Amino acid sequence: MSGGHAHALHIHGHSVVHRLPGHLKVAALVLFVAAVVATPARAVWAFGLDAAVLGLVAGLAGVPARFIARRMLVEVPFLAFAVLLPLVGEGPFFEFGGVRLSEAGLLAAWTILAKGSCGVVASILLAATTEIPDILAGLNRLRVPKAIVAIAGFMVRYLEVISGEVARMRVAMAARGYEPKSFWQVRALATSAGALFIRSYERGERVYMAMVSRGYAGTMPTFGETPTMTTDVVRALTLPGLAIITAAVALVVSG
Amino acid sequence: MSASISVTDLTFSYPGGHKALDGVNLHIGAGEQVAMFGPNGAGKTTFALHLNGIHMPPVGAVVVGGTPLDDNSVMDIRRRVGMVFQDPDDQLFMPTVRQDVAFGPANFGITGDELDERVRDALAAVEMGHAIDRAPHHLSLGERRRVAVATVLASKPEILVLDEPSSNLDPASRRELATILKSLDVTMLMVTHDLPYALELCERAVIIDAGKVVADGGTRELLGDPDMLALHRLELPYGFDLKSV
Repeated sequence: MSGGHAHALHIHGHSVVHRLPGHLKVAALVLFVAAVVATPARAVWAFGLDAAVLGLVAGLAGVPARFIARRMLVEVPFLAFAVLLPLVGEGPFFEFGGVRLSEAGLLAAWTILAKGSCGVVASILLAATTEIPDILAGLNRLRVPKAIVAIAGFMVRYLEVISGEVARMRVAMAARGYEPKSFWQVRALATSAGALFIRSYERGERVYMAMVSRGYAGTMPTFGETPTMTTDVVRALTLPGLAIITAAVALVVSG
Repeated sequence: MSASISVTDLTFSYPGGHKALDGVNLHIGAGEQVAMFGPNGAGKTTFALHLNGIHMPPVGAVVVGGTPLDDNSVMDIRRRVGMVFQDPDDQLFMPTVRQDVAFGPANFGITGDELDERVRDALAAVEMGHAIDRAPHHLSLGERRRVAVATVLASKPEILVLDEPSSNLDPASRRELATILKSLDVTMLMVTHDLPYALELCERAVIIDAGKVVADGGTRELLGDPDMLALHRLELPYGFDLKSV
């Protein structure tokens, strides 16, 4: 099922990570994130180990550190919130560089930074090594409700179509001299958002008709699934397996 | 394999009250290729949507290969009548070309190796086998239109209904699609504004206006009557000479 056209988050490759079936990678991601979340925040070394394992996977998959760093910008808003926590948290407090910081707030900030970053990097690695159709097929195989997978599939399929319509509407507005510079000029933008909604709704109706005309009766068909190889399961479980062991040791050590 | 299609006294109004079809009668014999012309809003697409039960006939009857269209036969008729919509972005909604082409036959109960074979054969028929694992939205419009045809061919239809198949295609894509359509052994109804395309692909044509069939005859004869064409807001492209083709 692989070999489709690459999406923006994808890095083309044939590494062992790329070749793993989508459903195993999605399952590995979920297990890994659960293990990271279960790791006690005070066990700083454990997150160091998790990060090292992620680095190993990135190396195996040939995903450059710069690519990951750039994609990690998505968590900046959450980190900005985390930075505030030591300043507004409850006691006990301690002084650092003349600023009074909350211990609980600092721990909460560290938790967001460490656990959030591990989850984000793991997700980036999944997206970088898996084509979207493979992720969707993987979700189907993991028995995620078909309606949810179908909605996700339609979103991916029509995102470019709808963003193309937005771009054409903006060009049409600019061509007639509309370049909004102040807030009071947003009326036309709001109107075009309404028009876009109507157009998308109508497209939804036409897509539905096209589905019905090819025999759709309320259930998306399932396509053949290739059997899962034990070696692939072992490979896919390496990342979450190590994170689970790390979390377990950290839980025991921190008592 | 091809089948006939018979439409008798078909009348249809949209919920707003607009009468889109007003007693349409049309018989298309098995293996015939028929073009349908008409001005915008004449009811062409609404008519096409009745042929595989997207709209059920509230008044009148649609009979496909001897089977009347009703609630019991609708799934069988949807398999036998393949509908190619005007905008391939409406028709290609799955993440890959393979899944899109497999969608129809999978819904009609085809599975396993036979499903794979159907997908490969349908894509080969439109010369798009190389795109089997690509995302539909990354294909050119001409390629998407061809894949859209493959999505219905995979169900082995007896009748093909095409809504504006040549619209927005560049000249080479338009010619390539014509070559593919000529190679198919099916009954065909082609709704179009592209009169030279109809002349190339269909020996017979009907004109529909204000929800009624107003003319029915040989495509060449109909296109050779400029007064009648003008009456229904139809005209041949500038410089097109019927005698030269």
